[in-house]
Amino acid sequence: MSDAWKGYLRNDGRKGIRNVVAVVYLVECAHFVSSEITAEFRGENVHLIGFPGCFPNDYAQRMMERLCTHPNVGAALLVSLGCESFNRAQLSKVIAASGRPVETLVIQKSGGTASAIAKGRDFVRQAQAEIAKVPTVDMGPSDLIVGTICGGSDGTSGISGNPAAGRAFDALVALGAACIFEETGELIGCEHIMAERAETPELAEALVQSVAKAAAYYDTLGYGSFAAGNATGGLTTIEEKSCGAYVKSGTSKISGILKPGDIPTRGGLYLMDVVPDGEVRFGFPNISDNAEIVEMIASGAHLTLFVTGRGSVVGSALSPVIKICANPDTYRNLSGDMDINAGSIIEGSRDLDGVAQDIFDAVLRTASGSQTASEVLGHREFVLTYKQFEPVGPSCHPAA
Amino acid sequence: MSRFLKLHPEDNVLVALSFSPKGSLIPSPSGLISTLDEVGMAHKVADVAIPKGGVVIKYGMPIGKASQDIQAGQHVHVHNTGSRYTPTVYRAEEAKVRDE
Repeated sequence: MSDAWKGYLRNDGRKGIRNVVAVVYLVECAHFVSSEITAEFRGENVHLIGFPGCFPNDYAQRMMERLCTHPNVGAALLVSLGCESFNRAQLSKVIAASGRPVETLVIQKSGGTASAIAKGRDFVRQAQAEIAKVPTVDMGPSDLIVGTICGGSDGTSGISGNPAAGRAFDALVALGAACIFEETGELIGCEHIMAERAETPELAEALVQSVAKAAAYYDTLGYGSFAAGNATGGLTTIEEKSCGAYVKSGTSKISGILKPGDIPTRGGLYLMDVVPDGEVRFGFPNISDNAEIVEMIASGAHLTLFVTGRGSVVGSALSPVIKICANPDTYRNLSGDMDINAGSIIEGSRDLDGVAQDIFDAVLRTASGSQTASEVLGHREFVLTYKQFEPVGPSCHPAA
Repeated sequence: MSRFLKLHPEDNVLVALSFSPKGSLIPSPSGLISTLDEVGMAHKVADVAIPKGGVVIKYGMPIGKASQDIQAGQHVHVHNTGSRYTPTVYRAEEAKVRDE
């Protein structure tokens, strides 16, 4: 198949693979109205995202600014109750400056629930018509930002799905794509071998530090990044889970470290540091897989490779998720939720390179507009909660 | 037909590629030996004895420490191996470990 396709050209010059209207609640109190607005457009290009908290948070503000100006997003409707702390004016300003249609609906000033829903739906219809006129432009692998995550991992993830995803990552990086792997809490025990792949000694040190921060953070919380089902599937310790997770980064040199919302400045392989900075506040770094997917989308990920062993069924709002099933038994049970059967490696009917090629082909097909299993089923999970970050240090930026 | 994978030459555990009943034959440094437990898909079995406090090696990497003496052929999991970082959360009835 051809390696080029048509993408959506945004006024800020970025190129998207989907053309979505984001309906954004700015506090839980505006969630229902936003859901009702979105429900009118079931199966269409209208996605619901939001932030539940009433207290201000710089991280959530920045995440929302990045998400609403993501290249897959064409327009945004901000839905506010009216009295929450979220800085809706600032968010609206950033979206407008990116050249995207944006409207803010304040429920308290819109005559309440029924009237706000009607007004919101009107805006979405107008926005759909407007973004249908967005110009398309040639796009290829070097324009892509691709994330990878593993969730519902078991003992198969590290020997089939993750190494196959790693080889697909190597192929994408070689073609100039920016690829992001993450969850420093699931790299505990791998920090030194990972550091050997850093492009500079300073970055190597920063990679080790980022994992040390994660280990200390999880230690304070008393849990590793490990769910009960991981043990059911044969994983015994966080170190073992880490070794299996690490291989999905492939073998490319590591170019830099991103924090959520940092956008890669060029192609290459990046580690995303998802563990908050400073003292432990607000709870677990990522309460579930979709929190990590959302953070990679905020850093520009056009799509995410999701390797699962136990059998996650999630997709995501804004950016498609390609689900790679590592476990052949799980694949048989949940084949309608999966895009790639990496369990065939365990059964011996396929090899790693064959499945890596399947993943690579699925990336290009999805980028060209073909829907993933979770998109077809209508999955649009989204979660965003409180965190705090300091900016990355100079050693984390890739050389130009 | 059971199949086991040694992921790295330095490993002291093998990974089961399918469910394997107790008594399955596995390769070990001292020749073929029988497994002492049933082992689920992608679970681990020791191919040499690992003394209490010894390091369990998979992918050529340390993945934890034996919390009791492990015999060659035994299932290696949460009941006899612990993290060197944070303790593992599991539901005993689902983790497919023998009651000790």
